[in-house]
Amino acid sequence: MSKVHVSAVVNGDNVDFLADPRESLLDCLRDQLGLTGSKEGCGTGDCGACSVTVDGVLVCSCLMLGVEAEGKTIGTVEGLADVGTLHPLQRKFIEHAALQCGFCTPGILVASKALLDHNPDPTETEVRYWLAGNLCRCTGYDKIVRAVMDAAAELREAV
Amino acid sequence: MHYYKPQSFDEAVQIAASASGVTRFLAGGTDVLVQLRAGTVTPDHLIDLKLIPGVHDIARTEDGGWKIGIAVSGIDLGRHAELVAEWPGVVEGMSLVGSTQVQGRATLTGNLCNGSPAADSVPGLVTARATVTVVGPNGSREVAVEDIPAGPGRNVLQQGEIISAITLPPRGKNSGDAYLRFIPRTEMDIAVVGVAVSVTLDGDKIIAARVALGAVAPKVLVAADAAAALIGSTLDDAAIAALQAAVTAAAVPITDRRGTVEFRKDVVAVLAARAARIAYDRAKGAV
Amino acid sequence: MPKDELKSEYRLIGTRPDRPDGLDKVTGRARYGADMSLPGMLHAAVVRSPHAHAKILKIDASAALALDGVKAVITRADFPTGLTGEDWNLQENSMAGEVALYDGHAVAAVAATSRLLAEDAAKLIKVEYEVLPHVIDVDDALRMDAPVIRAGVGDHTVPEGSPPNVSKKIEFGHGDLEAGFAAADLIREQTYKTEATHQGYIEPHACVAQLGSDGKGEMWVCTQGQWYIRRMCSAVLGLEASQLRVTPSEIGGGFGGKTIIFMEALPLALSRKAGGKPVKLVMSRSDVLRATGPTASASMDVKLGMTKDGKITAAHVNFRMQGGAFVGASPVGEALSCALACYDIPAVMHEGVEVLANRPKAAAYRAPGSPMAAFAVESLVDEMCHELGLDPLDVRLKNAVHEGVKASYGPTYARIGLVEVLEATKKHPNLLAPLGPNQGRGIASGFWFNHGGETSVSLAIGEDGTVTVSIGTPDIGGSRASMSLMVAETLGIAYEAVRVNIVETGALGVNEPSHGSRATFASGKAAVEAARSAIREMCRRAAKEWGIEEEAVEWKDGAAMPAGPNAGKFPPMTIAEIGAKMGGTGGPISGHHETNADGVGASFGTHVVDVEVDPETGRTTILRYLVVQDAGTAIHPAYVEGQYQGGAVQGIGWALNEEYVYGANGRLQNAVFLDYRIPVASDLPMIDTVIVEVPNPGHPYGVRGVGETGITPPLPAIANAVAMATGARLRSLPLSPPKVLAAIKAKKG
Repeated sequence: MSKVHVSAVVNGDNVDFLADPRESLLDCLRDQLGLTGSKEGCGTGDCGACSVTVDGVLVCSCLMLGVEAEGKTIGTVEGLADVGTLHPLQRKFIEHAALQCGFCTPGILVASKALLDHNPDPTETEVRYWLAGNLCRCTGYDKIVRAVMDAAAELREAV
Repeated sequence: MHYYKPQSFDEAVQIAASASGVTRFLAGGTDVLVQLRAGTVTPDHLIDLKLIPGVHDIARTEDGGWKIGIAVSGIDLGRHAELVAEWPGVVEGMSLVGSTQVQGRATLTGNLCNGSPAADSVPGLVTARATVTVVGPNGSREVAVEDIPAGPGRNVLQQGEIISAITLPPRGKNSGDAYLRFIPRTEMDIAVVGVAVSVTLDGDKIIAARVALGAVAPKVLVAADAAAALIGSTLDDAAIAALQAAVTAAAVPITDRRGTVEFRKDVVAVLAARAARIAYDRAKGAV
Repeated sequence: MPKDELKSEYRLIGTRPDRPDGLDKVTGRARYGADMSLPGMLHAAVVRSPHAHAKILKIDASAALALDGVKAVITRADFPTGLTGEDWNLQENSMAGEVALYDGHAVAAVAATSRLLAEDAAKLIKVEYEVLPHVIDVDDALRMDAPVIRAGVGDHTVPEGSPPNVSKKIEFGHGDLEAGFAAADLIREQTYKTEATHQGYIEPHACVAQLGSDGKGEMWVCTQGQWYIRRMCSAVLGLEASQLRVTPSEIGGGFGGKTIIFMEALPLALSRKAGGKPVKLVMSRSDVLRATGPTASASMDVKLGMTKDGKITAAHVNFRMQGGAFVGASPVGEALSCALACYDIPAVMHEGVEVLANRPKAAAYRAPGSPMAAFAVESLVDEMCHELGLDPLDVRLKNAVHEGVKASYGPTYARIGLVEVLEATKKHPNLLAPLGPNQGRGIASGFWFNHGGETSVSLAIGEDGTVTVSIGTPDIGGSRASMSLMVAETLGIAYEAVRVNIVETGALGVNEPSHGSRATFASGKAAVEAARSAIREMCRRAAKEWGIEEEAVEWKDGAAMPAGPNAGKFPPMTIAEIGAKMGGTGGPISGHHETNADGVGASFGTHVVDVEVDPETGRTTILRYLVVQDAGTAIHPAYVEGQYQGGAVQGIGWALNEEYVYGANGRLQNAVFLDYRIPVASDLPMIDTVIVEVPNPGHPYGVRGVGETGITPPLPAIANAVAMATGARLRSLPLSPPKVLAAIKAKKG
């Protein structure tokens, strides 16, 4: 079970790591690269806490092997904010109290950003269905949906 | 576990044919990784097919159908406007598989090869008369989609055999299809029942039909009597009733954590009627 | 920062500032249980029983130990013996002894240099079992001929001749039951059932632990209560509590399920055996569902008497609950106490038994016991209202408890807000929304005692006059913000000038966990007292400086000032000035407070839900949802609303789709989030909330505690709505589509 050398770009930085072929991308992000913002809530793609983007596509990093990341461009919650400046989604989540325990929050932020990147003016229903794969047990989703809609409105105004 | 990244199907077949122990293929990986994590299947050899040229493509065939690469994700499929216009039922089946995140990875081929009787994309492919190209040590052959599953969690592919593409036939005029499933929530569940219907009309009259049922038998079920109940009708109440009786009769479900025999037999009839109406309206160009 | 419309005399309380830990939690920086790694750390994996009930004949770990990199294997033989009571329960649940008692029960654990290696090694540990007959269902467990889980479990409350798995019997009540029922115009009696559910926190249990041969240890663990972890791990492993230092990580949800230990003693034991190297253990989701603490399942009889104008004259409840294979794990006592708590009834009788079954040890889940009890009682109240043609809200108002009424469970209520809640509900526009075909509206009320408990807080004034507060109750849902608000309000300083830290066990006296809706109430109360004691010291420093009597100094707007013209003329001395020179005025200034917090005020809530049921599939859609609840005082209204919404949605899940499904072999069939179906975003509408504020006189700012009550009304409210939508009354949860469709078909005949 020899390890495989993987080169990728994570949040804009070139990274190299050694992956056991059995390790998920999530394992590699957390254990090899120290990026513990992505969380494991289920390991089966049912909770979305590990959401990242790979070449711009939203995926569960628990459903992708670390070795598959070779040559890919990966975005995690740690890359959402510019140095010192939060992404509007991050700001709106704080403002709206859209998090309680905060464990699902990184995945929901990454997923919400992926939504707004391709649909800047989503309806409430579109937000709810897009985020159906991101479980939150604390909030009942109400304030999360409001925060995403509000961030979308702010981003539209900024254009 | 050994991980391979073949650059061609020939190379993939060669690796698979000579491998001993458990071999799995990665198209999207959304089933393989779950099994790996749960410890239910730890492959000795994992062959990643995503780097083979062409596997991410959706291309028009010479006869006007479609060739869909094995690593085309649900999202890619759903964003292909022409394909969605021609085969909405096929696409909506795939788009129901898992979350937005899973859609970024999951594939038609993976959903088919996983062998789940509840696979959402399979009934639509079956009613579309889709075929798959199977490549192996002894060359290549075309196989109807409904002939690939062999029962829960199993498929008919032999060691060294790999699906290299899915082919949809030309849609033809005045045709429509639809797939509906029942789940307890609005998202994220495995189908308790799934029904696909495809019809072709001459005026108001149905002249050709296919009905396929998911999650009510060990593998996807082609309901020939149900299709026969539709053919020749204008989808009037009598035809709907006959359709419903036929799917209920054809269904041989089990009781498990997701539903009961009685519930599945009831709901398969409800969904068949609803899916038939959508397919019919689509064929009329109404939707 | 806009002040809420809530009427408030306060400067900060009732506003909605950004939570202090917000930035950490939206950037991925906040460190949860599994986010900690230490140098030289090993990784653990657990071997679990695949059987619901089996004698453990032999455990052979030789193949695992032969692997390179495997450092230790533990079984029950590595634990001390002779424990009794709940300590024995915790030890037995941490690691099976002679018998595995449920599917998923730990039987061995291994530590190795990587997680994958530990998992490989766990697979090589061979366990020989002799499978025993098992029992899962609560009513089956009560049969005289049920498989016996442990002989002689019944305590002194259990009458002789009871079924062998009965471990506890409870009876209490007051009033003349016979006369009460005789005064009724309508008497109805029904049986209700609820299946076990899980808290479903998204963060699996995780822990990094280190324990040396000197008995000194450290733990980093996701928990609702670091002192509970310390006490329980110490008891289970025979350690001295003070030698174990427990630091709580950020916590990814708990809802009661992270108040006790499940696997936390295992990495400690492995560390000790592996020469004191730190060991990390993270549960998988299926481990969480199989082997942590779900709720009890319940079977409940309710009998009510009502006059034709809606006065409840008598009530008799009889509940049966299983909380797994361990004595005392079910909340049957709480369920009985909550059952009739909303109603002023002259005669009440409560009876209940706990019975053991081959299931995991139940843990607390948000208002433990109350949701099941409410489902039974509030369903029957609704049925009787409809039978008598009475408005269910009016009937609840007519019978509502208020200050001075003797509660069904014994004590006399202090100031409570049920009447105010019901009146606010009546006025809400949701009650006027028109209903279409296959739609129905359901109403139900709920109750939770709230809780005080052992609490210790300290607070220190910084050199620049800013303030650090050390709190012992982990922040699960924004409590740092509410603590900061209360401390800043008390000190008269800016919200941002306070930093609240959740601290480890070495830093404070003993604290109970964040449970029972106590954090904002009890830690808040102690934090206010600590601030007041720091204020007294700061006034002393000012008095000394000014050369006047202490009593002549008062604290106002963040500064010491002379108390009136006779005290002398001095400019106010701000907290910043006092902090800057405290080194020269007598040294550090801090305040602390230790208490067994009394003055708890109960919280009542009423929910109104509109549903639509597909008559052909039995599937229920929530159209509208309203939560009205008494908060006492809402310190940070956004997080109060969040508690209401979150509680309601957990209740919606319990009502509609969540349940533990067991196979005939006694194995849990749905130990993944795919099949343990908690609500997803697309299942729900917005959750409307109304915060009623009837201040609790037992708290300096009127706090009651808001976390628990909200999960209670949804179960009956949804059942009542489905009954109205379909005409079919379901008395068994969840209201899953197969059950609802069968009921609709049965109704049609």
